Amino acid sequence: MPKRTDIESILLIGSGPIVIGQACEFDYSGTQACRILKAEGYRTILANSNPATIMTDPDFADRTYVEPLDPEVLAKIVERERPDALLPTLGGQTALNLAMSLSNAGVLDEFGVEMIGANAVAIETAENRERFKEAMTEIGLKVPSSGFAYSLDEAVAIAEQIGFPVIVRPSYILGGAGTGMADDRESFVEIARTGLAASPITEILIERSIAGWKEYELEVMRDRADNCVVVCSIENLDPMGVHTGDSITVAPAQTLSDVEYQRMRDAAFSCIRRIGVDTGGSNIQFAVNPADGDMVVIEMNPRVSRSSALASKATGFPIAKIAARLAVGYTLDEIPNDITRSTPASFEPTIDYVVTKVPRWAFEKFPGSADVLGTRMQSVGEAMAIGRTFPESLQKGMRSLEHGRWGLNCDPAETAFDDLTDDELVRRAAIATPDRPFQLEAALRRGVTVDRLYEATAVDPWFLDQILQITEERQRLAAISGIDGMTRRDWRRAKRLGFGDAQLAYLWGADERDVRTARLDAGVRATFKTVDTCGAEFDARTPYHYSTYEDEDEVRPGDKPKVVILGSGPNRIGQGIEFDYCCVHASFALRDAGYETVMVNCNPETVSTDYDTSDRLYFEPLTYEDVMNVVDAERPEAIVVSLGGQTPLKLASRLPHELIAGTSPESIDLAEDRERWNALCARLAIPQPAGGTAVTIDDALEVAGRIGYPALLRPSYVLGGRAMEIVYDEDGLRRAMAELARFGSLGKEGGLSAERPVLIDRFLEDAIEVDVDAIRDHTGDVVIGAVMEHVEEAGVHSGDSACAIPPPTLDHNVIEVIERYTREIAAELDVRGLVNVQYAVQAGQVFVIEANPRASRTVPFVAKATGVPLAKVAARVMLGATLAELRAEGLLTDRIDGGHVAIKEAVLPFNRFPGVDTILGPEMRSTGEVMGIDATFGLAFAKSQLAAGDKLPETGMVFLSLADRDKPTGVVAARRFVDLGFTLAATAGTAAAFEAEGVPVSEIVAKVGEEHETGATTAVDLIASGKVTLVVNTPRGRGARTDGQYIRLAAARHDVPTLTTVAAALAAAGGIHDRSIHELRVRSLQEYHDEEQLRLDL
Amino acid sequence: MTARDDALLVLADGTTFEGEAFGAEPPNGVATGEVVFNTVLSGYQEVITDPSYAGQVITFTYPHIGNYGVTAHDAESRKSFCRGVVVRDVARRPSNWRAEEQLDLDAYLRRLGVPGITGIDTRRLTRHIREAGSMPCAFGTADERALKEAAANEPGTDGVDLAAAVTTAEPYTVGEGPFRVVAYDFGIKTTILRHLSGIATVEVVPANTPADDVLAREPHGVFLSNGPGDPAAVTYASDAIGRLLGNVPVFGICLGHQLMATALGATTYKLKFGHHGGNHPVRRLLDSSIEITSQNHNYAVDGASLDAADVTHVNLNDGVVEGIRCRDAAAFSVQYHPEAGPGPHDAAYLFDEFRDLMEGHN
Ligand SMILES: Nc1ncnc2c1ncn2[C@@H]1O[C@H](COP(=O)(O)OP(=O)(O)O)[C@@H](O)[C@H]1O
Ligand SMILES: Nc1ncnc2c1ncn2[C@@H]1O[C@H](COP(=O)(O)OP(=O)(O)O)[C@@H](O)[C@H]1O
Ligand SMILES: [Mg+2]
Ligand SMILES: [Mg+2]
Repeated sequence: MPKRTDIESILLIGSGPIVIGQACEFDYSGTQACRILKAEGYRTILANSNPATIMTDPDFADRTYVEPLDPEVLAKIVERERPDALLPTLGGQTALNLAMSLSNAGVLDEFGVEMIGANAVAIETAENRERFKEAMTEIGLKVPSSGFAYSLDEAVAIAEQIGFPVIVRPSYILGGAGTGMADDRESFVEIARTGLAASPITEILIERSIAGWKEYELEVMRDRADNCVVVCSIENLDPMGVHTGDSITVAPAQTLSDVEYQRMRDAAFSCIRRIGVDTGGSNIQFAVNPADGDMVVIEMNPRVSRSSALASKATGFPIAKIAARLAVGYTLDEIPNDITRSTPASFEPTIDYVVTKVPRWAFEKFPGSADVLGTRMQSVGEAMAIGRTFPESLQKGMRSLEHGRWGLNCDPAETAFDDLTDDELVRRAAIATPDRPFQLEAALRRGVTVDRLYEATAVDPWFLDQILQITEERQRLAAISGIDGMTRRDWRRAKRLGFGDAQLAYLWGADERDVRTARLDAGVRATFKTVDTCGAEFDARTPYHYSTYEDEDEVRPGDKPKVVILGSGPNRIGQGIEFDYCCVHASFALRDAGYETVMVNCNPETVSTDYDTSDRLYFEPLTYEDVMNVVDAERPEAIVVSLGGQTPLKLASRLPHELIAGTSPESIDLAEDRERWNALCARLAIPQPAGGTAVTIDDALEVAGRIGYPALLRPSYVLGGRAMEIVYDEDGLRRAMAELARFGSLGKEGGLSAERPVLIDRFLEDAIEVDVDAIRDHTGDVVIGAVMEHVEEAGVHSGDSACAIPPPTLDHNVIEVIERYTREIAAELDVRGLVNVQYAVQAGQVFVIEANPRASRTVPFVAKATGVPLAKVAARVMLGATLAELRAEGLLTDRIDGGHVAIKEAVLPFNRFPGVDTILGPEMRSTGEVMGIDATFGLAFAKSQLAAGDKLPETGMVFLSLADRDKPTGVVAARRFVDLGFTLAATAGTAAAFEAEGVPVSEIVAKVGEEHETGATTAVDLIASGKVTLVVNTPRGRGARTDGQYIRLAAARHDVPTLTTVAAALAAAGGIHDRSIHELRVRSLQEYHDEEQLRLDL
Repeated sequence: MTARDDALLVLADGTTFEGEAFGAEPPNGVATGEVVFNTVLSGYQEVITDPSYAGQVITFTYPHIGNYGVTAHDAESRKSFCRGVVVRDVARRPSNWRAEEQLDLDAYLRRLGVPGITGIDTRRLTRHIREAGSMPCAFGTADERALKEAAANEPGTDGVDLAAAVTTAEPYTVGEGPFRVVAYDFGIKTTILRHLSGIATVEVVPANTPADDVLAREPHGVFLSNGPGDPAAVTYASDAIGRLLGNVPVFGICLGHQLMATALGATTYKLKFGHHGGNHPVRRLLDSSIEITSQNHNYAVDGASLDAADVTHVNLNDGVVEGIRCRDAAAFSVQYHPEAGPGPHDAAYLFDEFRDLMEGHN
């Protein structure tokens, strides 16, 4: 069946901001889908609020709406664009939910839009756990015994009937939010209550716990002729009870016999057929009882998912691409396999390597959260590694995480368990935490048996024995006692078990470089194999490689000049999709300019690791050793290190300097090295906040004595304001210094030393923060991408604050000064490519905070707001092109200036970490971002809030509780709320300040703890009563659990939008005002980027 | 961990691979056979015990083999007829509730008398076979010269009647289904017998059983089994089949399919490296649907030489004839393995078709 010609235009919904449980994988799937649909000649309309994505590049769709993913907004887009079809299966849960609400609201019917890929009934049957269970039982598949409850009483009755332990799961939720396991009635009640609240339809499933069973996933595809294939099987190393997103997972399944596997495959097909997913991919999860093979279905996702992105990267079978083709009517046999080009897509990939995915968490950023893994996903990113064997891929995976580990132990951090007794170690390993794999290895090394560990952890003995092989090899190597004792066989054997040179160096107390040299001298070098979907049965056309230690190397470099681009590794807070965007753009731009591009990255979620983004893809950890292997194999002309965030930048100094494209490692160091940076600013006479560096507490006290409090502390060489803190007095300083020196998570990242001192700056209060992205070429020409004014004041990490283009309040003189400083700094650093400079403007005076001669988080946002493809331009400039040349070529265009405003807002993961304070500070904690774009600042801000999930209220009561220093501005905000028809509530002090200025407060609440004396309601009660529609609460210093914290937690629990700065409150008032007088309007980026049309339009 | 002895694998063209010996010890440290590769991810026990591999050395492209152990149920015949097993990594601690305790793949191969070699860059080997074609090889702990010589002297499978070597010596009966089926054993797999047993009482007869003897058993249908080697060397079987066609419904699988085709006057040819795996897409021409199939053959039917039968199934990867149906007789056959064991169950319906054919005929 050929493609459908009865539809001409297709609306695709993206997944919005990166949040835990929904990350870059949907940019990967969405980008693939956009490319395919466009190539097939359909008019594609894309809606996605996330500006950092590659899919929202105006090149990828005919109409790109960077608008809030909200039913009302979507309805507007539908009304405006009149698409023939809606494809909801490539944008995660968000897109499915939106499609369902459009369908339920009758919007699709009204405008004659057909849902393709999956229909509403199929989505409903798969997503509603009750209907899903009925459907599975109907086709003879087992599910864990369970019952649904809609109230707490009902819940308790059901749980008692099933018997504890039970697991609670709310319907229609993402990544397991509100999910939990209860061993007894008491813990059950709490979990059930949260679960009921988390479910949009107040429904929870209570289910027999089968924690400890083996967990599997099958990625299945179906076409409209009812052909079904399994793309990939995945086995979780962590058994049932740990969310698959938080589990180490392995492809293909390792411990299933063919008889069992085929039974699972049959079940998967019956499932997808019964659910009625017409075309496309689905993910089906199974559990298998290790004692008797009993198999149950856990859930099915009727759409592409995180696992399907993994499966695509693991096998080379591009699920999303094929799903998009299937959705428009093709059948699997009509689609060629990209990789072989000679065989059709209607086959099941087979692989001849092992893929291991390891999650990366960010618990250290959320003090107060327990790092225990459970049925709710908490990881923020993941790395994937390919090896010929499981031990090799596991060790590669561990070093891909960039969490300070060099593999599975055999590194300095391994000593963490040294003080534990064997029993204690086993006891700890029994609880799933990020440390578990390391604990398992450490226990095996002490002689704890596989059987005992299996007993304690339910990790399958096959996996444990594989880890034991790593352990045994390590012990053998330790006995060899050094480089000189190593034979070629020894080297080969160690490398085949995945040991990195750095691990061997640690083991022998040697230098990594010497290890590498000796190994290469022994003739043991990495060989590159190809991912080809077919286990080498057919010739592969697509150069997608991984390293291993075998006989034969398959790499076939071409004759064009080659550029290696280093990606950004696993997503983490502070380094995410924005950098992937930059790397992908560099690859596109350099390919267009005639280079052969070579991508190195290990993040399976990304577009950069799609095999057709670059000329060659190496799926490899971003370590010195692994990158050098690629460099040796490719012999590139240049290596791009400045587009992938801190990860490649950290490697720069160790790579061959002459190969580093653009800004030199010397300049990078100049910007990072505090002393030299200060000297540079002094030379240029650019003011900086007063400051100094310290290694010891005495140094710190001395610096603080000189500059005064409040002061800002931070370690050097970190990204995302990691461990940054504002201290208001000496006590605070002492505590913070102790924290920094401790062997905590920061210790793992290097600890304190003369090379890595603590930086202490005077904290600039009430300053406006400004970000600038600029590009400088080798002739000294500079283009300013944009000057961005932050909504929140300096002190809230730039990654966590909203920012606007153009600057809404900055005086044009100030902007001129900022632009001039930026040019001067770029020149002094001899930047060749991108530079990001951050400023704080205090009372009209501009201070420079930092400069980073690399791509910043805001590059994609700037590109979308201004229409200038900064990353592409930068990539070319790094390889020697001048801005003038690029202007002539048409790549570098002028900023569009149509009078529109674009606002980037951060999205924070607090809902995943219940109990963690939602206050913003200098340590970045957001996982993603959205963009609001409209004719005025207020409208754009309102859109940005809506897109970030906090719809600004139109009426009701605003509750304010402000720090003293915020009260003067707070009055202005409060008055505006009153003018907009809101009533006010406030805590006593805040209320007094308002009333003194004549702003009426209708409700004054007591401080928490004082309610008993006064009998008054507390803020928490008021919020719980549901009267409050907006909370504005600014923090009064950090540290102890304050009133504010209770207020913010209550607001979070009751889902009331909360603003933690007065600046944001003012912006919100502006937004509410503008929304009240303007009708909601949506416009595509293509329209925004057409300056002339835009001027007429706005 | 038991230290394994170093071993080499040498191909007839002189290409050498380093590895370590496991499984049975071959005489003088030299095992020989025709080297082929199989791409299944699971199902190694079924593959190793499949009589169709007689004369061959099986390379598994998936690196970890032996992970879930072995169990009597999964054996496809009473012993193994293959000449050797080549893997990247053999599991030393199998784990699965179905597994027979204490029997890892190493021990199992020793029990079966099959030598193995592990640690091999099986991907390089596979790519080599893909380019150069399947060819004789030798492997073991003997020195390189001895292995080279053995590889050079190894005849391979062309023109050799391997069915004769694997077939049952005496007829026997299994199953108690309503029909009576006579099954030619050219190397029949247990899973096939399991499927047939559901529909018939199956009288399994030796490969060289004359047609008259078969007809004398008054079967409702005749089944032609899978088996090893070159169909052109099993002329007596095509003769017998030629006499059965038209008299009784016939269903053939794999070698049985090739022999039915030769009985109809068609010719067969050798594929460069054959089809050995569980993921081959086959189009069923009747309704254009696609089946993912289990395959194991080095020879194939030449479609152009067929005139008494219609092609019913084709391989989507390379167009190889995967199924035929006689125009003038109640007979059909497929090149692939609808019984799976190992592999997907997509084509299991063919056994129902056989039942329907017998039903319609009688
Ligand atoms: N009945 C159960 N007993 C124990 N663990 C379970 C059970 N059901 C699910 N889990 C665990 O919870 C995780 C999340 O459940 P799942 O249904 O897949 O929800 P999600 O939609 O969040 O992926 C699973 O990956 C599994 O490890
Ligand atoms: N001297 C200062 N006064 C006030 N705020 C500051 C000062 N220095 C840094 N900040 C705040 O801390 C945040 C993080 O600092 P920055 O140096 O940009 O670190 P990072 O490298 O993590 O981006 C900034 O975005 C800004 O809000
Ligand atoms: Mg799940
Ligand atoms: Mg910063």
